[in-house]
Amino acid sequence: MTANRTPLYKVHRALGARMIEFGGWQMPVQYSGILAEHRAVRTQVGLFDLSHMGEIEIAGPRAYEVCQELFVTDIARIQVMQAQYSVMCFADGGIVDDVIIYRLAEERYLVCVNAANRTTDYEWMAQHNRDRAEVIDRSDEYALLALQGPQARTVLSHLTPPNLSAIRRYWAAQGEVAGVPTLLARTGYTGEDGFELFVPAERAEHIWQACGEAGRAANLVPVGLGARDTLRLEAGYLLYGNDIDARTTPLEAGLRRLVYFEAGPFVGSEALRKQQADGIEKQLVGIKMEAAGIPRQGYTIWSGEQQVGVVTSGTQSPMLGVGIALGYVSPSCADEKSKRALQTDKAGHVYSSGTPLAVAIRNRRIPATVVKPPFYRRS
Amino acid sequence: MEAPKELRYSQEHEWVLVEEDNLATIGITDHAQDQLGDVVFVELPEPDTQLTQDEPFGVVESVKAVSDIYAPVSGTVKEVNTELLNTPETLNEDPYGDAWLVQVEMNDPEELDALMTAEEYERFVEEEQESADE
Repeated sequence: MTANRTPLYKVHRALGARMIEFGGWQMPVQYSGILAEHRAVRTQVGLFDLSHMGEIEIAGPRAYEVCQELFVTDIARIQVMQAQYSVMCFADGGIVDDVIIYRLAEERYLVCVNAANRTTDYEWMAQHNRDRAEVIDRSDEYALLALQGPQARTVLSHLTPPNLSAIRRYWAAQGEVAGVPTLLARTGYTGEDGFELFVPAERAEHIWQACGEAGRAANLVPVGLGARDTLRLEAGYLLYGNDIDARTTPLEAGLRRLVYFEAGPFVGSEALRKQQADGIEKQLVGIKMEAAGIPRQGYTIWSGEQQVGVVTSGTQSPMLGVGIALGYVSPSCADEKSKRALQTDKAGHVYSSGTPLAVAIRNRRIPATVVKPPFYRRS
Repeated sequence: MEAPKELRYSQEHEWVLVEEDNLATIGITDHAQDQLGDVVFVELPEPDTQLTQDEPFGVVESVKAVSDIYAPVSGTVKEVNTELLNTPETLNEDPYGDAWLVQVEMNDPEELDALMTAEEYERFVEEEQESADE
């Protein structure tokens, strides 16, 4: 089976992008180079094609009820045109996917899902819907572009009426971008200010080019999945398939803040309540290297002479110039000193900021420290 | 960038420059750095380390990937480009010049016969890319 192509595939080829397969899609991994693209987003502005992401709509008088069952969040707290990061869980508390829910109308929700999970998510939603709402996979109708960086708002303001680029963080609006009807959201996965533009697939190229022209003065560059990954990791965002999956729960992944037990039973709530009471067996932590060495997915994490966990994502931070990682560590494996430190941590976490650890890199244990993500914060 | 004529090349994309006696300078090719992308970390052996032809002796890491560097010839490490450890990006900028990795005293100069000329290497890279595109 050949990989899917986004509506911008030819544009990427023409720009000389290096293409890779990701989540069943042929996507640009880099154009000019990961570091240059990364820095452009941190200092100016970058343009991303994220059309591989899926968009699933849940609509109808009972959509609210269905969403409340599917997601761990309190759906009532999401106002019309507000966006909410959330997860769907299996009955055992494992994560089906992490998503952004956009409440487009009183009875209409658009759920932005990971490319690789699009089919399983749709089937999962349809199965739990039990014909109460309309569940529609709209992924083929939308192309998704992201404009990210400190200059994103300025660039977008050239293409929209002024009030549109003024929407608040984690809010959305329906409007026109370069004359094309667009769902415009102030969301992103980079740790910078920015927008995500859900546009009709057939107009994707028009909007891409319009963004390119509007961004010329701000030195806008196209950005591939390589820099998207380093940007999200510096910002401490999780990647489904690496940092979270069916074998991790939101409590283990440090996403307790997303879980609203009181909002009503949702799929997985019973298992999560039990885990909350019993305590977690592994905990996601941020790790910063204290000496030269780049942590990578699969490398082991050590506390003294004990192996306590495994890295799930790691890279050299382009902005900090040191190795950074996310990984799971097991409280039960902690050495005595870490366990004692734990007594004071109200969240029940053994590994709090400052806990010394090590990452095994090619048979050498390189010193590292637990830090609370984000690793990099925009000034 | 064309592969310089005066160098010999390995299938693992290292180059060798033999200047005098049995001294060989080793680096990675322009094609290798291009495939890696932005290099952010380099690990090299200490002086006096024994290298064995076709065995890994160092590591180059780009943002995305970890790559072993294989010894194109056997020998004893005499010089190490320690500057490269602080400026790994030089590998992207000047792979045939400032970004040399180590200089070794060869055990057996006949090992050079197993390496490719510039012309052979360029053909090898083309063929490798064609089979990757299929």
